[in-house]
Amino acid sequence: MKLYKVFKTLNLELKTDDKALTQEVTGVYVSDLLSDVMANAKIGNLWLTLQVHQNIVAVASLKELSGVLLVNNRQPETETIRKANEEGIPILVADRPAFELSGELFNLMDK
Amino acid sequence: MTQQKEITRVQELIYEMKVEQVMVKDVITVEPDTPMSDLRSLLRDKRISGVPVVEGDRVVGLVSIEDFIKTLSDGNMNCLVKDQMTKNVKIIYNTDRLVHAVREFDRWGFGRFPVLDRKSRKLVGIITKGNIIQRLLNKLEIDYHAEETQRFQTSHFFESIITDKAKLTLQYDIIGKDFNRAGEASSNLKKSLKTMGIPQQIIRRVAIATYEAEMNVVIYADSGSLTVRVTQESIVVEVVDSGPGIEDINKALEPGFSTADDWIRDLGFGAGMGLNNIQKCADEMNLESTVQKGTDLEFIVNLNGEGKDETI
Repeated sequence: MKLYKVFKTLNLELKTDDKALTQEVTGVYVSDLLSDVMANAKIGNLWLTLQVHQNIVAVASLKELSGVLLVNNRQPETETIRKANEEGIPILVADRPAFELSGELFNLMDK
Repeated sequence: MTQQKEITRVQELIYEMKVEQVMVKDVITVEPDTPMSDLRSLLRDKRISGVPVVEGDRVVGLVSIEDFIKTLSDGNMNCLVKDQMTKNVKIIYNTDRLVHAVREFDRWGFGRFPVLDRKSRKLVGIITKGNIIQRLLNKLEIDYHAEETQRFQTSHFFESIITDKAKLTLQYDIIGKDFNRAGEASSNLKKSLKTMGIPQQIIRRVAIATYEAEMNVVIYADSGSLTVRVTQESIVVEVVDSGPGIEDINKALEPGFSTADDWIRDLGFGAGMGLNNIQKCADEMNLESTVQKGTDLEFIVNLNGEGKDETI
């Protein structure tokens, strides 16, 4: 599924420019531990986290993730957005907790 | 030669792939009592040439643009879909191999087949020749891309350097406690390895391990350096810092063991998984440390190895 579809269906807010929304989402990974994401997320996964500092971009870029979805209306730092645009990593924000988003994404990916 | 190869690859693909990998999943359907006149805007807006006719969750027919034209030329636009649809619909199943679908298209000359779930017999998709061609091209493109990167291997990079033995050394500085720049060295290394044409899988393993090593320096030390030596056989990464050193190396290697400060953990670092991640990615890892002096971590990823963890 394209990230664009996730963005539209879940009614998310896009913090970066929209160039990378055509990326294919291969699955979802939920974690706030960067090492855990480094170890276990798969290429193309959408990453749900509450971390907002710019290192999330480094992790997402190194792991070739399709995007980062910040939960609970957490706002990315300005530097994070700048870096994300530079690396082509889309950053999205949702006003709901990780559990709810996971449920919605699970249903969406299942189809 | 190439053409011969691609033809066989297509044949291989249609045997390998299942209908469900190719079909369109969001099927637009109509009901038997839908007026034929409604079909026009539906086909035009959705840019499709035919739709299954569904009653409950049973497919009872199929109505296509041909049926619509026929109705139009008969001047019979007030009739319903059920009067004009093809009733004896040929279907295929989601788990059928693509080759079966290709044969069915040849056999019946239809433009599309509804796809049913083999167990529940419910409509789960629709497939056209266009879908098949598109998916095959897409798959071939992926294959081709993979082959291209494979072809331009490290050996080529080194072959183009005229010498008996080549060893390339890349060096990066790491600044301690600077979480803003943390990960930069690994990112830059990853880009450089890509330019060298190192296989994707190897790059990923090196990048993950290097990131973890870099983060260890950022979290615990004031400064450090990252040295990467690339040869035709392997990539050797050495990360040296002048930090506090590790008191008990065996303990540090235990998953989940961490001495990071709380504020660092709040940022998501220092989960005690770094060294384990490195061990998982590398073919070999050596860790030496002296308390109050610093730590020297070296790991090796072989270029011609079996490939450790395929899922990275």
